[in-house]
Amino acid sequence: MQKELWKGNEAIAEAAVRAGCRAYFGYPITPQNEIPEYMSHRMPEAGGAFVQAESEIAAINMVYGAAAAGVRAMTSSSSPGISLKQEGISYLIGAQLPAVIVNMMRGGPGLGTIQPGQADYIQATRSPGHGDGHMIVLAPSSIQEAADLMADAFDLADRYRTPVMVLADGMIGQMMEPIEWKQREGKPPAEKPWAVTGREGDGKTHVITSLRLKSDSNEAFVLSLAEKYRQIEAAETRFEEVNCQGADVLIAAFGTTARIALSAARKLEKEGVKAGLFRPVTVWPYPYGALRRLAEQESVKAVLTVEMNLGQMLYDVRLAVMDRKPVYFYGRTGGMVPEPAHIADRVREILAEVKKNG
Amino acid sequence: MADLSAAFPPHDVRIFVILGAYGAGKTEFSVNLALALAARGRRTALADLDIVNPYFRSREKSALLANKGVRLIAPQGELRDADLPVIPADLRTLLDDTGLTGVIDLGGDPAGARALAAFSGDLLSLHPAVWYVLNRSRFENADARRAIQSLQGIQAVLGLRVTGLVSNTHLLSDTDAALVREGAAFAGEVAVLTGLPVACHAVRDSLAPELADLHPLFPMTLRMNRPWEDNWED
Repeated sequence: MQKELWKGNEAIAEAAVRAGCRAYFGYPITPQNEIPEYMSHRMPEAGGAFVQAESEIAAINMVYGAAAAGVRAMTSSSSPGISLKQEGISYLIGAQLPAVIVNMMRGGPGLGTIQPGQADYIQATRSPGHGDGHMIVLAPSSIQEAADLMADAFDLADRYRTPVMVLADGMIGQMMEPIEWKQREGKPPAEKPWAVTGREGDGKTHVITSLRLKSDSNEAFVLSLAEKYRQIEAAETRFEEVNCQGADVLIAAFGTTARIALSAARKLEKEGVKAGLFRPVTVWPYPYGALRRLAEQESVKAVLTVEMNLGQMLYDVRLAVMDRKPVYFYGRTGGMVPEPAHIADRVREILAEVKKNG
Repeated sequence: MADLSAAFPPHDVRIFVILGAYGAGKTEFSVNLALALAARGRRTALADLDIVNPYFRSREKSALLANKGVRLIAPQGELRDADLPVIPADLRTLLDDTGLTGVIDLGGDPAGARALAAFSGDLLSLHPAVWYVLNRSRFENADARRAIQSLQGIQAVLGLRVTGLVSNTHLLSDTDAALVREGAAFAGEVAVLTGLPVACHAVRDSLAPELADLHPLFPMTLRMNRPWEDNWED
């Protein structure tokens, strides 16, 4: 298969269509506008529905409707627009509806900037809307991975009847990279016996709702969600490690920041400093066990978390590493991107400090 | 042996309008062309008229351009990083200052070409080179029919006729000489169908020695890099 050059946002949209997505609802915001732009002509071609909604809130509620009808549905936005969608995400969780939400993050808070950011990590991984819920959160670091993860996102959403977020920084949306369209194994479309498709002689009316007025049955429902989350944690946690075995320092980073961190690790390697890269692909569920085991290695003196925010995944890294090794942080925020040279400087500093502290 | 490289960029052109589909490589080509013109001792300006992309615009290379003596015509201050269709006021200088050589970098697709459409009447009398950058690795240019459709769509919005093709088939870091040759053959095919000449073959400098038989050959030093790439200037 010959490689083609794709812009991240377009590749994400095309991958969704190839994964069987037949309903897109969105509202424009930079840096993800190429997703609705592409969908506006591609969806009708594929026999699906494209709606530019009147707002982000309307769009996420349209996703709820399409998902309830059993259609593979998605929306996309960027940070401020994703904040608006939080209520709808909580409703999707509460109604156990499969849907895919793309967040092409920009620098916040508020309207912030249109430049890339990663400051929605905690929102995505801890608190998608209100209530005791979670969604699966996938963090691509290249256009190829973004395209591949879109297909996975729809499969995971159907398998677990849950919203799935693809959490990327604006750079993923805006840059171009060569990619290959992979032939995915032809899986039969997931059965959706719960979908609201009309009674069609089936005596029972399907009702999709997140309203459970009896608190004991609502508690039982939340506990069943928790059980589902345990299954997801056990089966779906993904990460990548590069040169982590026998490393002096581990650098934990996600998305494009991981590529910048890897570039810093290569600089350090030339000086004889072995820095390994630990990159979670699922940031919820977080690969705690894998990071803990790597940090436990005798060679590892410290763990450095690098992010395009002021320390959000840092909480997960601390939970994984605990007091086994010192955990440090380096980040740029508000739309600024970390430089490989500055990350390498931070690693040198940390190693000097660890040495001094004996 | 005649120095073929001396023929490019052409001496008798004062204004170069660079357009094409998304991802064709217009910005990389425009930045390199402006630097090449300045290196020949021509007083040069680069106008960043990209109103469709929020990132990876030629204005990001302001320090490099200033350092090499290229005047940058682009939105200033906070507007530099905005996603607003801003036409810089000093674009007029390019039209009026007859001693100035200008490269105009347009955003992709007909939407990007619209930024310059208001000036097409003034430009017409200056006989600009209007070059369509062609990258076969992008879906808009995957075959000759689509490439010509894209070219005509942009031309219609801009109100200026394309005068030449820039063969620029690439896959960023995955580009090799064979791909460039395929792209050159493709550009030849589009040239025959449209009657347009191939203005040049743009290639990254490291591939230039293997492709010396393509001419005019325009070796480029890649400038629009990402922070994790080897040639990132940090």
